[in-house]
Amino acid sequence: MNKNHRVPSSRSLSAVEVKSKFGAEFRRFSLDRSKPGRFDEFYGLLQHVHRIPNVELLVAYADVHGDLLPINNDDNYLKAVKSANPLLRLFLQRKEEADYTTFGTDSLTRKKNTVLSAVLLRPDPNKKKPPVIISLPKDFRPVSSIIDVDILPETHRRVRLYKHGQEKPLGFYIRDGSSVRVTPQGLEKVPGIFISRLVPGGLADSTGLLAVNDEVLEVNGIEVVGKSLDQVTDMMIANSHNLIITVKPANQRNNVVRGGGGGGGAASGSSSDSGASYHGYVPQGAAATAGPTHIIQNFPVGELESDEDDEDLVIEVGGEAETIQRTTSNYSMLSLPRYEPHLNLRTTTAANSCSAFSINANGNLRGSGGSLTNTNASSTTPSPDRAKERRNLEEEGTVITL
Amino acid sequence: MKRFRRHGTESQRDRLKQELFQFTKTVEHGFPHQPSALGYSSSLQLMAIGTRSGAIKLYGAPGVEFMGLHDENAAVTQVFFMPHQVELVTLLDDNSLHMWTLRSHKGLSELLEIGRFLLTGPPGAPPSVTRVTSVLTHSSGELLLLGTEGGHVFIVEVPGFRELEEMNISLDQITSCVPDDYVGRRNLEHVEALQENPINSNQVAIGYGRGLMVIWDLNHRCAIRHIPATQQLESMWWTENGSCILSSHSDGSYCCWTLRTGDKKEEEEKSNIPYGHFPCKAINKIVQLPTAGGPPFLLFSGGMPRASYGDRHCITVIYSKTQVAFDFTSRIIDFFVIRDGPHHTGEPSALVVLVEEELVVIDLQTEGWPVIQTPYLVPLHSSAITCSYHVSAIPLKLWERIIAAGVVQNTQYSKKLWPITGGQNLAPDPPQRDLLLTGHEDGTVRFWDASGVCLYPLYKLSTAAVFNADADLNDNMSQSAEGEWPPFRKVGCFDPYSDDPRLGIQKIHLCKYSGYLTVAGTAGQILMLELNDEAAEQTVEAKVVDLLQGQEGFRWKGHTQLDVREEPVLFPPGFQPFTVVQCQPPAVVTALNLHSEWKLVAFGTSHGFGVYDYLQKNTVLVKCTLNPSDQLAMEGPLSRVKSIKKSLRQSFRRIRRSRVSLRKHHISNTNKIQEANARLEAELAEMELAPVQRKIEARSSDDSFTGLVRILCFADTFLSDSSHNTPSLWAGTNGGTVFAYILYIPPVEHRADEALTAQPAKEIQLMHRAPVVGIVVLDGHGAPLPEPLETAHDLARSPDLLGSHHVLVISEEQFKVFTLPKLSSKMKLKLTAVDGSRVRRVGVAWFGSSRTEDYGESGLVFLTNQGDVHVLSLPHIKMQIRYPCIRREDVSGIASCVFTKQGQGFYLMSPSEFERFSLSTRYLVEPRCLVEAPLPPVFSNQHQPKLEGASSALRCTQDTEDPESAARRVMEHALLNDEKVLQEIQKSLEGDQTAFPENNVKSAVA
Repeated sequence: MNKNHRVPSSRSLSAVEVKSKFGAEFRRFSLDRSKPGRFDEFYGLLQHVHRIPNVELLVAYADVHGDLLPINNDDNYLKAVKSANPLLRLFLQRKEEADYTTFGTDSLTRKKNTVLSAVLLRPDPNKKKPPVIISLPKDFRPVSSIIDVDILPETHRRVRLYKHGQEKPLGFYIRDGSSVRVTPQGLEKVPGIFISRLVPGGLADSTGLLAVNDEVLEVNGIEVVGKSLDQVTDMMIANSHNLIITVKPANQRNNVVRGGGGGGGAASGSSSDSGASYHGYVPQGAAATAGPTHIIQNFPVGELESDEDDEDLVIEVGGEAETIQRTTSNYSMLSLPRYEPHLNLRTTTAANSCSAFSINANGNLRGSGGSLTNTNASSTTPSPDRAKERRNLEEEGTVITL
Repeated sequence: MKRFRRHGTESQRDRLKQELFQFTKTVEHGFPHQPSALGYSSSLQLMAIGTRSGAIKLYGAPGVEFMGLHDENAAVTQVFFMPHQVELVTLLDDNSLHMWTLRSHKGLSELLEIGRFLLTGPPGAPPSVTRVTSVLTHSSGELLLLGTEGGHVFIVEVPGFRELEEMNISLDQITSCVPDDYVGRRNLEHVEALQENPINSNQVAIGYGRGLMVIWDLNHRCAIRHIPATQQLESMWWTENGSCILSSHSDGSYCCWTLRTGDKKEEEEKSNIPYGHFPCKAINKIVQLPTAGGPPFLLFSGGMPRASYGDRHCITVIYSKTQVAFDFTSRIIDFFVIRDGPHHTGEPSALVVLVEEELVVIDLQTEGWPVIQTPYLVPLHSSAITCSYHVSAIPLKLWERIIAAGVVQNTQYSKKLWPITGGQNLAPDPPQRDLLLTGHEDGTVRFWDASGVCLYPLYKLSTAAVFNADADLNDNMSQSAEGEWPPFRKVGCFDPYSDDPRLGIQKIHLCKYSGYLTVAGTAGQILMLELNDEAAEQTVEAKVVDLLQGQEGFRWKGHTQLDVREEPVLFPPGFQPFTVVQCQPPAVVTALNLHSEWKLVAFGTSHGFGVYDYLQKNTVLVKCTLNPSDQLAMEGPLSRVKSIKKSLRQSFRRIRRSRVSLRKHHISNTNKIQEANARLEAELAEMELAPVQRKIEARSSDDSFTGLVRILCFADTFLSDSSHNTPSLWAGTNGGTVFAYILYIPPVEHRADEALTAQPAKEIQLMHRAPVVGIVVLDGHGAPLPEPLETAHDLARSPDLLGSHHVLVISEEQFKVFTLPKLSSKMKLKLTAVDGSRVRRVGVAWFGSSRTEDYGESGLVFLTNQGDVHVLSLPHIKMQIRYPCIRREDVSGIASCVFTKQGQGFYLMSPSEFERFSLSTRYLVEPRCLVEAPLPPVFSNQHQPKLEGASSALRCTQDTEDPESAARRVMEHALLNDEKVLQEIQKSLEGDQTAFPENNVKSAVA
């Protein structure tokens, strides 16, 4: 499909060439680059030119890096038009036949044959595993993050779980146990608190950041040493709206390797059975073309105590419920862009055993128009399907790094 | 912000905190849990009680009490005062002996342990050789005779616990002087009893378990005579004139042995089995005391016919032709008799009996031997305590009326003054009159005078008469029929058996100004009572309130509601019920409040809450708080079944743990870390057997019992707008919801006929959904609103109604201040999120500065599930102090805690004892008493032990070298130093002085 590349035409400054493919049919037309219109108009136009007025479509385009990205709202539509140079290659699929697994980063350029063929040709009949349907982006919201990577020892991990009043339970259990410490007198066993069980489908389980037998060291910045199991339980429940647990993972193989930008990919690449993942906040705009980037978040302990989730509900009789105005101000975390429901996200995965897959989120976030967010994930997990499903629930601010 | 705070104000605040707050455990009220030993000093007039947990408590005149605790966690098996001294000796379960003394310090006495001793036998001897079974404190005050399981008697010199080996009486010495026909091959067994001859302190009687008694001469170290009793010996008593020895035996018999001088052979008076014919239980202790002009008093415990009355706990008193078997409700620990006269050697005046659950004192000089009411050691738990409530600063009028009502109830008691009178109570008179009310399982409410050190019962209110209960009101306290044999008489008030658990009292609220009282119970009953000085016959009006408000689909599986008696009932003077509200479903009442000014009572259960107007006798408000999906709350108190299961599981766990710890004990002489590892491993192994894990889940609105009402509070505040204050009701639930209602109360002149209404005004749902345990409305100055009628009686400053009010909502996890009327969140303090503890009990208290009379501030006092007490400042909810108070495992202790308005608190340290503590520097109720050493006894007879004189003579002449030289050295040093050292010298010299007798006695004996 690389043949489709063309020499930029002289008209390219004012018009965008569009080559749209639906099934085996192509349509070509052009758009005014300065006035691309809205997405729903464009969607109608596509249905019109393909003469498929009543077919629900999934619209995708190949961006400059060869990534297959979705177009489903005004923002990513504008982005697609803006980045078309000069040709905008569109791939239309029936929604009911849609193969969500084909979206991803770096897939078109690196694995042209495999990935593009998944879209352009018929699905590989030899594919062993059925494609996984990933939740639609409206379901996305931050559920967990790894924080304070740079100030914690490499053997520890500080995990933040977001409850957000959702239905999903936190879903884990803790128990008493003992851990071995090295003292001048030799090895000494000291009592500790451990994660004893993860509820399948619970928040803790779905993040993949916590595992059975991880030792709990801190709860929202407060050490649990010397506290009873019941005390730690009460602390966690009291912080359940914004729970930050520092653990010493039982599996020390997935630890974050510190020391800068490019290392993150390697670190996550080595993630194995527990499917560890972490997130970072990327200054907007800087990440537009960034490859796999490892970014960390830092929260001073004082800021860990969030008031955000603690808004009590006051009901005036006969009136409507209103949240109580807080007299304290937000802290930095809250000023991060919140998830916008129209943000679309598609995941593609290779059918082969390499299973490198990527997520690309494209959206206009907080008015800094057209910043491209880039998420990257690579995994060698033995059960990629479940791991992927899990990972796609994770989102934090603008960037997902898996 | 902290950075910019000036240091000056910080340290100033710290100083102020020191002036305001101080944590002290001051006094223990009630009856010691599991008493195990009783001792009495007639010269000091002090009684000592030892407990199974190793505590020792001394009691004298009311207000005179001391408390000590052995470091060893072993039961106290015997307590003895040293004759004519302020020392006492305790024997513990672990065979250790301890010496205690009452030392004066700054004009007050304190109980101190001054020595301990463990009897060591010859190397290689079995432990039974030195296992102490009986103790005799010799009248010289310098010797202890210790009879052991092996049959030996060891003699130890006190104070100092020095074994006088050459004086020991070995079993061989005894057997050699006893005719073979008695001894044969049989073992004499352990030393059961030791008695000193009252008229010749050189002679002691040694009684062996097998029955043999030997009289031993301490000076000549030989047996003088022997008494060949053949029954298992239980106790021995040497009569005061020295002519007889009484022995009591395991077959329920006692014998009197006359000691005829000059004759080797003892004469046995006929063996007497008082409750004879059929086999009887042992007579555990026998005492005979002479009277001036008549027959002696004979007292013994036990001896009941085994088959018919083997389960009774009796003490029989026989005097002349009168014989009474006092029948106690719990096991007899020990008893003693107090005698009249300047040296307490006269007529027996009172019998003091320590039974497992109470202390009973019987007046032996008044006809009919009535019981004397005890001023202390009153069994709080005569029926199990289900709740307690404290009211400070009772107006004198009400106080007198309550006392008057109580006096009428206590006519059966003896008029005799309390016979134990040792020590002086130096505590100042309490600054105010405080009442502690305890609710009990049998539906009674007891009123206690909690102003001072003695928790004294004032009045008892029974609510059972309102209901058609199955209780048979005049059952076991009735006098026995004439001619019954044995002549039983029930004594004591400990009666833990409740006929109907629904009668249990759960909540109490008393208005001290109006004399209105409301009590609420287990079956959803709320009684309104009014104090009446006259007996009255009246019908109690019943009103059923349906808290479900039409919620359907539920079935109450709990107990039924109580059946109110419809006919008029005669109520004695005191608090008389006039209305009973019955919640439907009849779930336990979990919150109660009374506003006597508005004449409203608010009540809540797990289903909802209501307000009842007791003037117009109708309900003003009913609100259902039940979550429709909450099945557990609906079904009723089935959780009891669960808790049995749980407790079974826990007890199994405990057994397992104790096995582990037993194993642990045998590990010795290993590396410490290894040991710790092993212990942890054992614990881990145990954990694997019973893995304890905790679910981490945010609370949801669907949790069980979210609708349970935890707190109800009336307040006159700004709920609708900021310019008009209105009466309001606040309710907090288990699910973190606060409901606020505006109450429209007609003006006083139309109060009786115009309708009252309640309008819902606000509702707060705390996001963290933790149970709301307290609601406090603060006025414009940030001070808590006064109690109803308090300002009307000019007893409190009227609240500031100009500034903006705030409401402080206390959940188990957080403290939050909201503005009124907007209810915007103003301040908060997180507790659980920070340290994992949860608020269990909360109260508002006023703290006065110890430095200046005129400064004081209000504080919020609370107790956490970790057993720590904290004080928060008001209205800024800043943490002030924190003290560990109760063990966190002591869940019932934590649940029982009540705070007073003066920063004191009470909690049940055992089912029968309140521990009183104080957080205030100004209000402290603690025993302050002095016990002075008695004058040296004047002996009227010539049979003084010779060693006494010898030792005192030696004391003057013989001084050892060592202390002398040591003192000289210090003196030289002091010349170069200051007077501080001189004081030290003084002390060391005094110390040496007390050490001298040790050596001297030895030489004297030698």
